[in-house]
Amino acid sequence: MTAVQPQLPTEDAVEAGTTATTAVRGRSRVPWRFLAGRAAFYLFTLWAAVTINFVLPRMMKGDAVSQYLSRNRNVSPEAADALRSLLGLDTDKTLVQQYVDYWVLLLRGDLGVSLLHGLRPVTEVISQALPWTVGLVGFATVVSFAVGTVGGAVVGWRRGSRLDALIPVTTFLATIPYFWLGLLGIALFSVNLRWFPIGKAYGVGMRPEWSAEFVGQVIHHGTLPAVTIVIASLGGWMLGMRNMMLTVLDEDYVTVAQAKGLPNSRVLWRYAARNAVLPQIQSFALSIGFIVGGTIVMEMVFSYPGVGKLLLDATNAKDYALMQGVFLVITLSVLVANILADVAYAFLDPRTRQTEA
Amino acid sequence: MTTDLRTEPAPGLPTERAPRPRASARARLGSAFAMFRNRKSITGLAILGFFVLVAVLADVLAPYSPTKVDNTARLQPPSAEHWLGTTHLGEDVLSQVVHGTRGVIVVGFLAAIMATIIAVVVGVVAGYLRGWRSESLSALTNVFLVIPGLPLIIIVASMFDDPPLVVIAAVLGLTGWAWGARVLRAQTMSLRNRDFVQAARANGEPLRRIIGHEMLPNLMALIAASFVGTVTAAILGLTTLSYIGVIPVNTYNWGTILNWASAQGAFRQNQWWWFLPPGLCIAAIGVALSLINFGIDEYVNPRLRSAGERARAMKKRGLDVNDAVTAVRTTPSAREDA
Repeated sequence: MTAVQPQLPTEDAVEAGTTATTAVRGRSRVPWRFLAGRAAFYLFTLWAAVTINFVLPRMMKGDAVSQYLSRNRNVSPEAADALRSLLGLDTDKTLVQQYVDYWVLLLRGDLGVSLLHGLRPVTEVISQALPWTVGLVGFATVVSFAVGTVGGAVVGWRRGSRLDALIPVTTFLATIPYFWLGLLGIALFSVNLRWFPIGKAYGVGMRPEWSAEFVGQVIHHGTLPAVTIVIASLGGWMLGMRNMMLTVLDEDYVTVAQAKGLPNSRVLWRYAARNAVLPQIQSFALSIGFIVGGTIVMEMVFSYPGVGKLLLDATNAKDYALMQGVFLVITLSVLVANILADVAYAFLDPRTRQTEA
Repeated sequence: MTTDLRTEPAPGLPTERAPRPRASARARLGSAFAMFRNRKSITGLAILGFFVLVAVLADVLAPYSPTKVDNTARLQPPSAEHWLGTTHLGEDVLSQVVHGTRGVIVVGFLAAIMATIIAVVVGVVAGYLRGWRSESLSALTNVFLVIPGLPLIIIVASMFDDPPLVVIAAVLGLTGWAWGARVLRAQTMSLRNRDFVQAARANGEPLRRIIGHEMLPNLMALIAASFVGTVTAAILGLTTLSYIGVIPVNTYNWGTILNWASAQGAFRQNQWWWFLPPGLCIAAIGVALSLINFGIDEYVNPRLRSAGERARAMKKRGLDVNDAVTAVRTTPSAREDA
């Protein structure tokens, strides 16, 4: 009897869980150590950000109340003291006590009141500015990512052709300081050609409402800022995607796919671009975080009523509560975006899960 | 990144043995700059060198004092007397741009030097060590990566009433080192397990020698890339901060000029001679720096360069780089032509 018995995987091997069997079971092990490590990192970063946020205003010269007093003459000393305790700036408390109070208030969702905006709660002021920033910059970021990634894939695929010239051009546009590009845009399209209005999110005398006229105004005002953001950020997406494509196109599986006789479009989008896009998606998730904080300059140039302008005004007026609140919101959004990037990567690329676990 | 960085010169011929120490020293110096030996990097370095020269010789080159007020010549367009026109106070724009170069170059390089030193120390140490020390340094890096830079810089810079250039450079450097440290840590971790490092460790070389003599030469390209990247970020940061007005407007740099131009409505009155030159200068220096970085990128990852060259070479022979099937069929005929 020399016939070889077919080698069936034994019951033990299935239980032990080789690579093949985990795939068969269709359920991967949860990488607890990896998750715990990331969670610890995010908690630590959150703590660091909040602490920096607590320390910074206390290191700055001149406190909020004296700035407020210099702007409003008719405030009595008693009222000034009351303001100080309202803002948590009492000098008779120790620094540790102030720090604990700060955390307690923060956990209750109380960010204090804004001196600059008539003592309205900071959360209210920020939540009014947030939709403008997120709407405009979010839209521009998505457009820029989509155009840059698709463009980068095509430029990488048609390597050596005239399309290669696109890379230096978009890089040049990305090295121009953004505020200058925005100002040039205003000078050219708003002042000389009169295609777009100068700055602001909607016309003077309009009230935010859901009407066709108002939405049209918002689009009209938002076009120029959105286009300048796309122009300024396109280069990074394109260069990153093109460089990844060049690396991926050298891989064996691309050669195999072509040798099999698959159509070029399928090799380009399903084989090469699909693998090259992984780092892009991670940077995209990260750039979501910078939507909130990364466009201070845009909002200043176009006097757009968003979060960045709020931070600038608050810094100039030394309105610490508002400044801290905005900084906290910006940091939180970056942290959330980082978590998103981690999740997206672990979900899209099984290698991350395996090696980290 | 798994690319081997060749920094050691090829072994010399036996006949060259006598003068070897000096030759190898020169070769080593040459190989340390090997990443700059390509057309892109050299072009970038030339443009950068031009601006450095302008910064050094600003007093000689500028035709006027940057703050010389001339009430008879306000808002003049470019002329033989004022090559780039004048401002609202009759100041010469060319002189302001020339003098502004100094602040930009000084802050850019100071910030980048500080950031690179921090990045190298933190990155290499975190990559070489293991355990909690490596993890905590890495956590520190990540915290600095995550905390948004520009808002933090604005808040910190507004703490000073009249910040000197060194302080601005320090703030920009302290917020800009994290990316370099992260890249260097990853590369050091991969170097740590290479044979030559293992051999050095087995020989009992001290840690400082392993890091200084075995690892650093192999990290030079990455260090240079992160240095160049930080210079770009610092220059953009400085001009942006000056434009916003966080940095007082009496220290001249290109951002300050744009701040004045914007405040005086030059952008709305088409006084292009006032706002175009400083912006173009920033763009030129940015292009120079990204050219240098392209060169380093292609040195570290040769695929970036060879892919385009190979495709162009194939195109010359009438082949499409993406068409595997035709490539097989037409190769003989292409060879006959040649």
